[in-house]
Amino acid sequence: MISYRSRRKAINIIMFTLTGICTFIAIAVLFFILGYLVWQGGHALSWNFFTKLPAPVGETGGGFANSILGSAKLLLLAALIGIPIGFLAGVYLAEFSGTKPAFVVRYTADLLNGVPSIVMGIFAYAIIVLPMGHFSTLAGGIALGVMMVPIALRSTEEFLRSVPNSLREGALALGATKWKAVATVVVPAALPGITTGLMLALARVAGETAPLLFTAFGNQFWSPGWNQPTASLPTTIYQYAISPYEEWHQEAWAAGLVLLLLVLATNIAGRFILRRQIHTSRG
Amino acid sequence: MRAFNKNETDTPAETPAAVPGTVSPRTRTAKPSRRRGDQAAHLITMLFAASIILLTAWLFFELYANALPTREKFGWHFLEGTTWDPVALEFGALPFIYGTLVTSALALLIGVPLGVGAAMFLAELAPPRLSDGLAFIIELLAAVPSVIYGLLAIFTLVPFVRDYLAPLLRTTLGFLPIFQGPAYGLSFLAGGIILAIMVLPFIISISREVLLSVPREQREASLALGATRWETAWQVVIPYARTGIIGSIFLALARALGETMAVTMVIGNDPRIKASLFAPGYSIAAVIANEFSEATSAMHTSALIELGFVLFCITILVNAVARVLISTMNSRNSAA
Repeated sequence: MISYRSRRKAINIIMFTLTGICTFIAIAVLFFILGYLVWQGGHALSWNFFTKLPAPVGETGGGFANSILGSAKLLLLAALIGIPIGFLAGVYLAEFSGTKPAFVVRYTADLLNGVPSIVMGIFAYAIIVLPMGHFSTLAGGIALGVMMVPIALRSTEEFLRSVPNSLREGALALGATKWKAVATVVVPAALPGITTGLMLALARVAGETAPLLFTAFGNQFWSPGWNQPTASLPTTIYQYAISPYEEWHQEAWAAGLVLLLLVLATNIAGRFILRRQIHTSRG
Repeated sequence: MRAFNKNETDTPAETPAAVPGTVSPRTRTAKPSRRRGDQAAHLITMLFAASIILLTAWLFFELYANALPTREKFGWHFLEGTTWDPVALEFGALPFIYGTLVTSALALLIGVPLGVGAAMFLAELAPPRLSDGLAFIIELLAAVPSVIYGLLAIFTLVPFVRDYLAPLLRTTLGFLPIFQGPAYGLSFLAGGIILAIMVLPFIISISREVLLSVPREQREASLALGATRWETAWQVVIPYARTGIIGSIFLALARALGETMAVTMVIGNDPRIKASLFAPGYSIAAVIANEFSEATSAMHTSALIELGFVLFCITILVNAVARVLISTMNSRNSAA
């Protein structure tokens, strides 16, 4: 009897140790990624990285300035497309719609969110690149914008729903019409959360490479306007990483480090703001 | 013990989130102009919401329509052809479908035990503060761009597979055909491992939430009957949360199937079907990423779009199943 009991206890300890090891592995991966990138990319990072154009193979001192600007332009376009659609649709789901249409829209958005990013690239290619006949910043921005829509929608809806109903009732009781109550009371109350959610959505598409490969394409030089192919951080990292040149690998590490730090910083800051937001709204 | 699993109905409901939109203004007494404002706002936001449905339909249509030439020429044979020769305009998708399935299966094989194990640790054993902190770190892992996973994998995972893992597997499990043959670093195996790492955070964070939503009474009843914590977790909590966990696995599968960059960078890009996991292969997403911008003939582009269409349909299906499973789990918990 005793031995049966101690066997069960032993199994208990062994199995939970195993689950602990699983957790450790998952956590270790993040620190490995971060540590390895800092180690490899840290010394390749210099002021040139942010200010210079890429140097030809064999020359040193090149930078990623055009990729950084390209990424910024792509993100601006993505925000201009993704945020209005996602935000207004989110307002509809949380404030105006009945349960059935809300379910259908939400379900569709979830499916859209699950569409592989490379397929989004094909979509933008089909609707922009094909008719225009060339790759462009515009096409890349649209691909990223479409990807942002479902994420923006879900975070808007979620934060609007977390606004207490008493606020809505208060506004309506004071004689505000429904849309006024939504626009002047409910949305402002949820705004910090929504803004953070949108930042996180931007951070997510900022690292996307696959939809840009055949929409924004890539460029060794500056890309004026919106109608020409443009470089972007993720695609340049990809291009440099698979190249056979040692110095390009170095620069890929540096660019990877910058991209990772940007994405992680946004995520950490965002989640801290969200956490405080949730605490204050509960307390 | 098992009888308790079915005993789900007597658990108190978690307070469902307040449902907004239930307050209806008294439009009867409102002036017409005020009502018009509400109607306009309703209409505008509804149009934007509807645009999401239209957008998804449009996406489907563009893929479908642009792949038409391929479908007309090859029909269903497209899916079973094994030759991919853009010069001879001969397009068969089987090697890519095979590669996508093999790497995704490998990813789940490695990722699911690790992920569910970690989720059990975080939900059942770790103190809440530690659990939240670790879950936060794991969520950060989900935010790492896939090109960075690929970058690291090329320079660390690929040499590791070539020099250590493959020789080790060959000497220990070499009697299996999947562990035979020369070891290139770029391989199905490397693709599967990097995918496993990438889907891990999704499995962990969703499974953890599902496990945490299992009512405390279930655990207490089991512990009160003398079960150890592990027995409680394994025989009571996991069965209760099964639907949600399977949902998280399907979600992970959908991600693995559609993941492009990291796989493209390590799978080796060789469109042949090989039994050995050490051999280089190709996946649907990878061939689209590699060949799309260089496709010279319209038929080649259309074949790649058809591949995208196949991928789209598979992931939509897998996602739909995942969502149904997860929402079943959630509604059961809040309705119980």
